[in-house]
Amino acid sequence: MSVLRPDLAAIAEAIAPGTRVLDIGCGDGTLLGELRATKQVDARGIEIDPACVERCVAQGLSVVQGDADSALADYPDKGFDYAVLSQTLQTARRPDLMLDQLLRVGKQAFVSFPNFAHWRTRAALMFGGRMPVTRSIPVSWYETQNIHHVTVKDFRELAREKGARIEREWFFAGEKPVAGASNLRAEFAVFLLSR
Amino acid sequence: MSGASQVLQLTDPLPLDGGSELAQAEIAYETYGTLADDRSNAILICHALTGDQYVASTHPVTGKPGWWERMVGPGKPIDTDRYFVVCANVIGSCMGSSGPASLAADGKPYAMRFPVITIRDMVRGLVALLDALGIERLHAVVGGSMGGMQALSLAANWPERATRVLVIASTSRHSAQNIAFHELGRQAVMADPNWCGGDYYAADAQPDSGLAVARMAAHITYLSEEALTEKFGRNLQDRETKSFGFDADFQVESYLRYQGSGFTRRFDANSYLYITRAMDYFDLAEEHGGKLADAFAGTTARFCLVSFDSDWLYPTSESRHVVHALNAAGAAVSFVELSAPHGHDSFLLDVPALDRVVKGFLE
Repeated sequence: MSVLRPDLAAIAEAIAPGTRVLDIGCGDGTLLGELRATKQVDARGIEIDPACVERCVAQGLSVVQGDADSALADYPDKGFDYAVLSQTLQTARRPDLMLDQLLRVGKQAFVSFPNFAHWRTRAALMFGGRMPVTRSIPVSWYETQNIHHVTVKDFRELAREKGARIEREWFFAGEKPVAGASNLRAEFAVFLLSR
Repeated sequence: MSGASQVLQLTDPLPLDGGSELAQAEIAYETYGTLADDRSNAILICHALTGDQYVASTHPVTGKPGWWERMVGPGKPIDTDRYFVVCANVIGSCMGSSGPASLAADGKPYAMRFPVITIRDMVRGLVALLDALGIERLHAVVGGSMGGMQALSLAANWPERATRVLVIASTSRHSAQNIAFHELGRQAVMADPNWCGGDYYAADAQPDSGLAVARMAAHITYLSEEALTEKFGRNLQDRETKSFGFDADFQVESYLRYQGSGFTRRFDANSYLYITRAMDYFDLAEEHGGKLADAFAGTTARFCLVSFDSDWLYPTSESRHVVHALNAAGAAVSFVELSAPHGHDSFLLDVPALDRVVKGFLE
């Protein structure tokens, strides 16, 4: 699984074989393809970009074109063992409502996102006085899809408010795992939630 | 590859949704490629309203190439080097399968004595053909427009018969607007004095003007406004100035007239009435207790739905409606809205993204 992004690799590793997985914002199907090949999961996806959907369908993946903000409403309660939202929460119109939907359609939910409280981001804002453009947040404020930046601390708080239990968590700086002081040191976070 | 189709004569009467049955029904069909020894490589292609079994072979009346030759053939997305492709004329039509122009037991054409049929009746005929060909389970059933309705009907009513279901530019029900356009067409046919209550087969004159008007109206619904504007704009036809009369001054008028009159040479007016009726009656949810998801309960087939952003006849929302139901039923479903300028007819035209989706889904 070395080809996978670290957050996706963590998710792929944690998913039990033979389960049903819905990947929201599944892109070209990298995670779903990996899960199907290595974990024999029943893999489904939602993706907004038709060209990506086309590539998924060509791999035999079941992917529905749609906007993650609205398409999730079409899925039945607890129809999946896992709902996966990787690097997409911060692009949602209402991340809180999306989290509700994730926890509704999945018995468990993976959420990964770039941590806005990483020290590089803090430093860029503090010393540069401008919206950070960093390795994990590479696009300028005016054209980024990230409309709701979030920190590890914020996410924990949201999960608590939503009554979600944090089952597992992973933190990364670049490719490497981070242990301790995650809100300062992690560029990316992955949480496994249940409710 | 051209000439008369094979014809299956059904030995048992075909039961119909209307309560009657069709005795000695005939199903005309074409096949392409070779059926594998284990009979696992068959693809059934279902045709649209005015389509026929000549999906990839020359049309015997018009001499034109098959209606989906860009999609079906050796090395094409539906590759006849790999798959055994079956395409049959639906009952009610006029290209060799039983329809209103066929002879009834008394030796005269059925005309309006032909029973009113449904999409499910058409599929019942296709399933009888699959039985006769020894095909228990299709690799895929594929259809665009009314062909997509048949594919959905097959998946819902004979769920064990297809592993993959590909539905392009279609719908699970006819909307009020869909019915309205069809009613316009039917009224045009029936208002033609040559229609004679449907008994025109022995007459010198056929209800061609009525059928042509029906086709012209329908043809507008198959194209997008953008496509019409792009193709014709306000251009005048073979003249410098307006005639201040009612000739086909505009190119678009001339084009529609040409489409209308060409259609009458290959299609039977009564078939047009029967098939549009079948489409109007189509409501897959209604057949299954009012809930579309129930139509697909327990299905193990993989589904793929494709819509086109410029199709206002069966818009994306209709495909999404089906996708929603399939998700609710827990079915494996893919859906993509492709961008194409041609309107509903995009499924027949050059849309490379469609080729890739079709090829990929069938793998």
